[in-house]
Amino acid sequence: MAAPVSLQVEFGGGAELLFDGVKKHQVTLPCQPEPWDIRNLLQWIKQNLLKERPELFMQGESVRPGILVLINDADWELMGELDYKLQDQDNVLFISTLHGG
Amino acid sequence: MCEAAGDDGGCGADVGPARRRRGAGRSYPRTCMKCGQGSAALVIRVGDPFCRNCFREYFMHKFRAMLGKNRIIFPGEKVLLALSGGPVSSAMLRQVQEGLSRETAKKLRFIPSVVYVDEGAVRGQSLAQREQSLARMETLLQATGFPYYLMHLEQALELPASILRPGPVTSSEPGLSYKEAVEGFIQQQRQKGNGDKDSGTSLPGPGSGDSAEGPLAASRLPAAALTQELLKLFEAVETPTAKEELLQMLRIHLILQTARTKGYTKVMTGESCTRVAIKLLTNLALGRGAFLAIDTGFKDNRHGDVMVVRPMREYMAKEIAFYNHFFDVPTVIAPPLPTKRRDKPSIHRVVERFLLGLQEDFPSTISTIYRTGEKLSSDRAKATCESQRCLLCLCALDLDGEEELALEPTLIMDELELERNGCCQDPPAAGAERKSAYIPLLCYSCRLTFKELGPVTTLPPYVRAEAQRRIH
Repeated sequence: MAAPVSLQVEFGGGAELLFDGVKKHQVTLPCQPEPWDIRNLLQWIKQNLLKERPELFMQGESVRPGILVLINDADWELMGELDYKLQDQDNVLFISTLHGG
Repeated sequence: MCEAAGDDGGCGADVGPARRRRGAGRSYPRTCMKCGQGSAALVIRVGDPFCRNCFREYFMHKFRAMLGKNRIIFPGEKVLLALSGGPVSSAMLRQVQEGLSRETAKKLRFIPSVVYVDEGAVRGQSLAQREQSLARMETLLQATGFPYYLMHLEQALELPASILRPGPVTSSEPGLSYKEAVEGFIQQQRQKGNGDKDSGTSLPGPGSGDSAEGPLAASRLPAAALTQELLKLFEAVETPTAKEELLQMLRIHLILQTARTKGYTKVMTGESCTRVAIKLLTNLALGRGAFLAIDTGFKDNRHGDVMVVRPMREYMAKEIAFYNHFFDVPTVIAPPLPTKRRDKPSIHRVVERFLLGLQEDFPSTISTIYRTGEKLSSDRAKATCESQRCLLCLCALDLDGEEELALEPTLIMDELELERNGCCQDPPAAGAERKSAYIPLLCYSCRLTFKELGPVTTLPPYVRAEAQRRIH
């Protein structure tokens, strides 16, 4: 059983446009049998936070190519990407690099 | 067929492409590969972990090395930075600030100003949203202390026809090599007595934006009628691809005209390596294969007196995003061009999606395309004389007789059909040119774009004026 996990989820680089323009979200993930990881956080975001056009944020079970993920200010590639197990008070930041200038 | 592919095991015809999984097997935090001490904050290139400090050094060094390698920007030269508010141009602005403030001999020596073009009208922003973006941008620009120009895309409708003609190339001092120019400049500085601080020796004081010089004061939007005209122009465009091309054209012409009238000989634009790779393939698809080098290279001198340089072209979009996040580079992100649901995406978006997707599984994709682009030469793009120069993109006309014959009848047919159906509210007045008359003035890809623009009456006045001058 996983205890409820409190996170700060942030969006930048234009990704916030998919979330009503809100950059910072304080979320509490509910209790569930499997531990929370990025993979199921993404599903949770898709169901609970994404206001429109999910295909602009996600592709399959991961984020859309062009969207970077930072966990506690570090590249998610260093943390295990989708398999990273979320801890209480973690900060997850999604930065879009699409349509850049 | 794909024996040389290496670890990935070929084209993946039998299995899916190998995912480069950094998985749960690795322990974290990892250490920086450069200093061996700091805890790694990001992964650069294919698998190099860097700590924040080493990353900062690497990032700043790349900018100076890019300028130093190309030796195009002379000391004391007036350079206009094109700031879109997006991540890449904002990072570029920061690099210029950092470079100018250095105490050492490696200090950057040119004189920068900044230009921002508000494109809110065509990007679907409300008046309030545009005001807000402009206010944020102005605050940002005032904090830099550089002179700045706030422009609106609507002003492109007031450009003179001369912007479509290259200006005379004036060399600052004939025969002076880059090395001599630098040495001369250092001598000059020493003689001046150098009592002043490093930054701002020849820069005007903060907030001295020339924004009040133009017809519009900062943060005040253009006349509604002008905005309407601009919107009419964009709404008449048939495809998202042509809209993107039109937007880029208007923007660069507006920026270049600003540079030309205010005496800037260089314009710096923010295009990342990722953007350059996307542009290489997009422009290939648009029929601009002969002009890839000039469209994406470090220097673009088709306009003669003002040269466009692209100093950010070796930075991956990921590096830029991390740098901006770690070091608090402010940005003002504009929404993308709106598209109707029934429209297919533009070629630009399709290629972007393709390349970014490929990059996920094959992380050398972008850099390989970029490096291949580096091998192209821009010789073929330069036009020898006006009759051989494209009206819109100023590159060499690249067509023989045959393709002309194929495209022109279709345009004539379209126009005749419109007239027959009575769609045109303003039938072409006597002396007004038909769309088909423009064709001989355009290169292959500009013809394709032009065909998808609206009727001649919606075109910007400067385009029509220059075309009329050349037709007769």
